Amino acid sequence: MKVGSLSRQLGLAVVAFVLVAACGSTSNNTSATCSESTAKTATSASACGGMDALVAAAKAEGQLNVIALPPDWANYGQIISSFQSKYGITVNSANPNGSSQDEVNAFDGTSNAPDVVDVGQAVALANTTKFTPYQVATWGDIPAGAKEATGLWYNDYGGYMGIGYNPAKVPGGTINSVQDLLGPGFKSEVALAGDPTKSNQGLNGVIMAAVANGGSLDDVSAGVNFFHQLKQKGNYVPVVGTDSTVKLGQTPVLFEWDYLSTSHGKSVPGWKIYVPSNAIIGGYYSQAINKAAPHPAAARLWEEYLFSDAGQNLWLKGGARPVRMAAMTTAGTIDTAAAAALPAVNGTPQVPSGDQTTKASQYVIANWSAAVS
Amino acid sequence: MTAAGNPAVNSAARPDEGGRRISISWLGAAPFFVYVGLFLLLPTAIIVLGSIRTLDGGLTLSNFSGIDKPFMVKAFTNSLGVSVVSALGGAILGAVLAYAVVTGNPNGLLRRIVMSASGVLAQFGGVALAFAFIATISTVGFVYVFLKSHGIDIYPNGVWLYDPPGVTLIYLYFQIPLMVLVFLPALDGIRPQWREATESLGGSTWHYWRYVAGPLLAPAFLGCTLLLFANAFSAYATISALLTNGGNYVPLQVQALLTGETEQSQPGLAQALAVTMVFIVVVVMTLYALLQRRTSRWLH
Amino acid sequence: MTKSRRLKLRVFRVVVLLLMGAFFLMPVGAMLEFSTRGTDVTSPRTLDAWLRIAQTPGLVKGIVTSLQLAVITSLGMLALLLPTMVWVRLRLPRISRIVEFICLLPLTVPAIALVVGLKPLYVWININVTPSVLALAFAYLILVLPYSYRSLDAGLAAIDLKTLSEAARSLGAGWGTVMLRIVIPNMPSAILNASLLSVALVLGEYTVANLLNFQNLQVEVAYVGLTDAPTSTAVAVGALLLAFVLLMVLALVGGRLQQQHYVPGQRA
Repeated sequence: MKVGSLSRQLGLAVVAFVLVAACGSTSNNTSATCSESTAKTATSASACGGMDALVAAAKAEGQLNVIALPPDWANYGQIISSFQSKYGITVNSANPNGSSQDEVNAFDGTSNAPDVVDVGQAVALANTTKFTPYQVATWGDIPAGAKEATGLWYNDYGGYMGIGYNPAKVPGGTINSVQDLLGPGFKSEVALAGDPTKSNQGLNGVIMAAVANGGSLDDVSAGVNFFHQLKQKGNYVPVVGTDSTVKLGQTPVLFEWDYLSTSHGKSVPGWKIYVPSNAIIGGYYSQAINKAAPHPAAARLWEEYLFSDAGQNLWLKGGARPVRMAAMTTAGTIDTAAAAALPAVNGTPQVPSGDQTTKASQYVIANWSAAVS
Repeated sequence: MTAAGNPAVNSAARPDEGGRRISISWLGAAPFFVYVGLFLLLPTAIIVLGSIRTLDGGLTLSNFSGIDKPFMVKAFTNSLGVSVVSALGGAILGAVLAYAVVTGNPNGLLRRIVMSASGVLAQFGGVALAFAFIATISTVGFVYVFLKSHGIDIYPNGVWLYDPPGVTLIYLYFQIPLMVLVFLPALDGIRPQWREATESLGGSTWHYWRYVAGPLLAPAFLGCTLLLFANAFSAYATISALLTNGGNYVPLQVQALLTGETEQSQPGLAQALAVTMVFIVVVVMTLYALLQRRTSRWLH
Repeated sequence: MTKSRRLKLRVFRVVVLLLMGAFFLMPVGAMLEFSTRGTDVTSPRTLDAWLRIAQTPGLVKGIVTSLQLAVITSLGMLALLLPTMVWVRLRLPRISRIVEFICLLPLTVPAIALVVGLKPLYVWININVTPSVLALAFAYLILVLPYSYRSLDAGLAAIDLKTLSEAARSLGAGWGTVMLRIVIPNMPSAILNASLLSVALVLGEYTVANLLNFQNLQVEVAYVGLTDAPTSTAVAVGALLLAFVLLMVLALVGGRLQQQHYVPGQRA
């Protein structure tokens, strides 16, 4: 009898164990999928059931809204198309020439709002309440100063601010200093590639002008004043410099990122880039995910793609310096040919910190209109 | 014959039910009023109320105080200046063109072409117009290059295309057609008999214009000028496309406040600016409506 | 008219028309010239930019969207305004002044100011009605009111509405029949004119669409213009020429239509 009851108890225990194991595994199966509600708040791929579950959930969403990503900006055209073909997710690209401020302004709670943004430091720091934290798989490779601790924003790529110009329109064929631009031969020629009150690129143009005119990363008044003088002399063109304006000849002298300036060589033969040796201003852009993203899983998958080796190398191909460059060079996964093709830099680069950028942005916002109107 | 309606037919067809019929009749006009109330009056109320409220709901006029900053004042001076000059210029040139058309065949091809072209060009603006002028008279425009190669430099003291004079010239491109559209009917109302009567009384062309046609057309001309002013003052698309990185006009300031960072200004300032714009235009358009009424007495 | 005066008038007309013609045609010519330039100064003229229109998805979408908006706005305008104006003329003549005033109101509120007040309304519409760009038609209907009202009013004034409608009603016609078979066929050119003015306005509208973050034709032209100016210019000048042709056709057809409908009591 004792043996019988023991074997019965054993049998019951075995049955119980199997049942629990079965229940356990079904609940494992549930957490291996990335449901919509999970995706909305997942702070990493593993929190959403792993990469495969994330990919499946993203594919189920089928779409991704991006904003302000011109195709020839750091090779975004190729990045978007390769993401689309790799995962079969349609990328809706709105307002390609929008500024960083335009990007967060588009967070209007509708299904047209962008899922992810690529913005300048000042806008990223000012809008953290609109973002949701997420840490990509390669999070550890991003230097500590280039990301927000919980993952609200993280730098993606950067470059140096330069003055691109058409030698044929410039007296003497070269620019040797920023102060040259104040001369009489530059009437209605000098432009910024963005509105400095809204665009990170524009702001850094003003910062570079400030540093080159005796100011510093902490005091950009010299930069605003420089553009005021340009306007007084009639040298300033109140037009945002783009591919079109360069091709047309409207903006033959343009303050813009070096990786963007190189592409003008196609439309203007002999296009040159001048980076003042006493004012090498480096700037990174930052990725962030919309807290109210219409497609949360696709948004996270996009970030994973951008920070994968493939994504980072595509940016490198576009002439920008990806944030994981140091780690990838050590690991040997960097695209060496593209890395070698980067423009050389002679001098010590200065990269404005988050605080410095915010302070500069506030100063410019308060004083720009009065200076160039 | 049927000016007032035949009472017999009236009462035979529909018995008069007095007050109740009138109130049901109001229902027929209801959809229109509801729609306009929702999409025109409500937004207007939103901006008027928004401009006089603080962030926490109290009433205030402080939002309007942002307008006395020097560059805001400059925005108004620029906008008003460009509007006045382009209105006067457009009115005079448009009236001349309208006269040149009206003296021709009323059913002729020229009149049809000019009216159709005016209908289209009066709406033309934005990036296409800005671009068209850049392609014509900017430093890379073919007119500038052509004149330069013949020794004429239209920019001796700097490029004025992006300054108020340039903007005024660009505005003329849609102001003149608009003037033709709204002033030509008034010119049409001039009867040839009046000219003949003047001549038979011994008057010359000068007498005709000074004492007959001039005074008759003056209210219409003035009214149309005011319409052109309101049109220029409200215009946004063209300057938005021409001056993407600078340029100080009231509509551009409204846009900057709508899309700028929240620390940049009080939220009510955009509404205050909008209300100010509406006020200026309302005053102008009221005068226009009064003048139109005077015109219709003689010229319709 | 004396001979010398006729000559002076003719000289005046020729000079004015030539100068004005030059002023207005030059920028259009510049746009055509720019949109047909070859890749560099030496290459021949090409229609590449025009062909690229079909290959630029943003532009194609913008064209389709604006055409849809134009049709919806025109039909909506006719559906809202025409019955209301007929009703007011027949039943509520006292409020015709009020209706006229309201229809001219949009002229007094600049689009850039109106859109400040429309923004919160459209956020609501986006969530509760439709996020589609075609919701712009709601706002466009308001913008076309002044022009359409004037056209339709002129058309209604030219026909003897009271007699016609009473005659129809006394023969047993309902209001629907009155509208569809009496009113509309008797004012074809006014309706066409109102519709085409609406179409022209919608095709050229930029301010409201841009500030409400919608992509219509003009907004797309502006975007594309920043990266591919020749194609954007091609679309702009194409839309201009199309609108011109449409209005010319209306002018010719409308004139002929007007001659076909004789209304008793109207001066010949």
